[in-house]
Amino acid sequence: MRVRSCDSLVLVVRVLRGRVLVVCAHGADPRHLSCRHPFLQNYPLYIRSAPTENELKFHYMVHTSLDVVDEKISAMGKALVDQRELYLGLLYPTEDYKVYGYVTNSKVKFVMVVDSSNTALRDNEIRSMFRKLHNSYTDVMCNPFYNPGDRIQSRAFDSMVTSMMIQVC
Amino acid sequence: MEAAAGGGCGSGPPLLLSEGEQQCYSELFARCAAAGAAGGGPGSGPPEAARAVPSAATAAAGPVADLFRASQLPAETLHQITELCGAKRVGYFGPTQFYIALKLIAAAQSGLPVRIESIKCELPLPRFLMSKTDAEIRFGNPTELHGTKVQIPYLITEKNTFKRMDDEDKQETQSPTMSPLASPPSSPPHYQRVPLSHAYGKLRSNTEQMHPAPYEARQPLVQPEGPSSGAPGTKPPRHQASLIRSFSVEREPQDNNSNYPDEPWRITEEQREYYVNQFRSLQPDPSSFISGSVAKNFFTKSKLSIPELSYIWELSDADCDGALTLPEFCAAFHLIVARKNGYPLPEGLPPTLQTEYLQAAFPKPKRECALFDSYSESMPANQQPRDLNRMEKLSVKDMADFPVPTQDVTSDDKQGLKSTADEALAKDVSEDPATSKDSNSLKARPRSRSYSSTSIEEAMKRGEDPPTPPPRPQKTHSRASSLDLNKVFQPNVPATKSGLLPPPPALPPRPCPSQSEQAPEAEIHPQLNRAPSQAAESSPAKKDIPYSQPPSKPIRRKFRPENPATENQDTSTAVGGPASAATVKPHAAVQKQSSKQKKAIQTAIRKNKEANAVLARLNSELQQQLKEVHQERIALENQLEQLRPVTVL
Repeated sequence: MRVRSCDSLVLVVRVLRGRVLVVCAHGADPRHLSCRHPFLQNYPLYIRSAPTENELKFHYMVHTSLDVVDEKISAMGKALVDQRELYLGLLYPTEDYKVYGYVTNSKVKFVMVVDSSNTALRDNEIRSMFRKLHNSYTDVMCNPFYNPGDRIQSRAFDSMVTSMMIQVC
Repeated sequence: MEAAAGGGCGSGPPLLLSEGEQQCYSELFARCAAAGAAGGGPGSGPPEAARAVPSAATAAAGPVADLFRASQLPAETLHQITELCGAKRVGYFGPTQFYIALKLIAAAQSGLPVRIESIKCELPLPRFLMSKTDAEIRFGNPTELHGTKVQIPYLITEKNTFKRMDDEDKQETQSPTMSPLASPPSSPPHYQRVPLSHAYGKLRSNTEQMHPAPYEARQPLVQPEGPSSGAPGTKPPRHQASLIRSFSVEREPQDNNSNYPDEPWRITEEQREYYVNQFRSLQPDPSSFISGSVAKNFFTKSKLSIPELSYIWELSDADCDGALTLPEFCAAFHLIVARKNGYPLPEGLPPTLQTEYLQAAFPKPKRECALFDSYSESMPANQQPRDLNRMEKLSVKDMADFPVPTQDVTSDDKQGLKSTADEALAKDVSEDPATSKDSNSLKARPRSRSYSSTSIEEAMKRGEDPPTPPPRPQKTHSRASSLDLNKVFQPNVPATKSGLLPPPPALPPRPCPSQSEQAPEAEIHPQLNRAPSQAAESSPAKKDIPYSQPPSKPIRRKFRPENPATENQDTSTAVGGPASAATVKPHAAVQKQSSKQKKAIQTAIRKNKEANAVLARLNSELQQQLKEVHQERIALENQLEQLRPVTVL
């Protein structure tokens, strides 16, 4: 059974007012490294950004943040999954942006990049956004025509992300 | 205007228009042009248009597109038509293009291939089916315009539909009498088989038979039937043309009272029957649901693309649980049918396809599905049950796209449901508890998931078997009366196991006055297990020689199945009053019972002590194990601490 555990979902949102929101979900199960092609891991399932300039920069940032996510996951150690929180919190702050991470139990990672100037965004708001993303992601998964590992083309997911981006900014 | 317009189409491929056609086409063209003009100017035409544009300029693209859509042809056919008629080439809909397009529409509606050659033949007028409101909006009040003739085609259609549906004997798909739409090689190859063609066979028969009536011109079009009627290949071409017409036409009379603009999204009764039947073929219980994998296999056979199927699923699975209930299934099926017939998929689930609506609109099928297996007893609402039944049987044989799954699918259902549950659980972080399936409100979509009915039922069943109650404590009561029960119960076990016991071995004759009572009591109570109690009480028995033990025992045992009675008996005996009416209770027996009780107490004490010893031993062992486990745990935690990397913050 070929379980593609490497999924990633990148969502970059940048609002006109200069705030940036990058949400990306990546997934890689280190235990399955051996049976996977290396380049199949951590590829994005979904990328979204509002104003599209400098999009590559955000993609790069998201990819670099994956290392931090992996580190956080492994830092939880060999502890049981239950003991690990899904919300990873602030991964690392850069000069302009803050990166938040969230990982599911199936190693699907969501990464969000937020503009540092967006001070109104509090932690619990980020958490709620991640929760909404996770819920929508499970809805996508429920669709039997969706193969895990495919790019997400669900319109419901798109609309949810759009509404989230608009709401934030 | 008609003449001029008619004359203006001299250029281009020779187009022979009958009078009726000319009038009709020019009407339509005028309307399109007028509407376009009202809308903001005629359609722009590139300056290289070599054709002399008559006075009516060009028909605007908007109204033309609407008109073409009203022809109920699939979008791709319309594209083909647009290309062929030259509008794409020249960039606008001049009258020639328009007329050619109309002719091609008529050809397509008759089932002929969309080719230039088709329009050489005589064709009936193209039929544009629009709701009355649409027609009025777009083309103004039809009665005002002098061209009322265009209305005739679809009015006639409506009337005939009424007549046909009511009067006609619904026959099966009889191809020889049908107007032939069989042109298998020319039917657009990319149109896959519409698997539901058979469900609409009756409708098809209606609409097709009504063709010859108004349109005698069709006679020359009767082409020889190619393959037999049973061949699936012929069915799709017929359906390309008439299917949409048939169910939209059929719907018009139904919707006369309320003009619903979303007619394609209404499920008719026949369609509903068909869907329900298909549902039941996948899942026998109509109140349960189909798992995602089963539904996926089923819908994949419709040969729609995966993204489209994915989108259809998204629309129809209202509560996003990866399974389809009956209304969801009907909605999904209906969307697939619509899509295969060329309707673009809606942005959102139409109101007529939503679960509540479907459940409310068709409550009966859900109940009646459970009642009958075959359609022999039809639903009262269904007018043509027998035909559907026969057609269903035919369709079962003929259909290759949606073969009725066999029994293994239903068995797979359960596994499918479980596997859906498993994979859903595996995929999700599932913080949502599995709740009932009835929460299918679209607005407030609760995050509850009902993964599968079987798992819930299993859980419930497991829960139904209550856990075995904790073992009752030994009746080590201080009450002397109940002590005897211990003695009574314990030996009873072997007694019951051994069944009917033979009369106990003869007791050593007791030199007691109650010996006389022994005999009768021994006879009265054949089921006596005196052996153990004898052994236990052999020693004390000697002490109680004056008392006869057996009589007391049989007394107890007699009341063994009636505990309260026994207790009452005992209490009464303990009190000292004469006891049961079943046995003779001499006064001597009371005294014997008191001594009996003493023995019983002693026995009980002994046994309890043994049990205590056993339990104490067990306890100490377990304590030891617990200590060891504690130590192991401490050791492991130490290791963990050492192994844990230093986190840098």
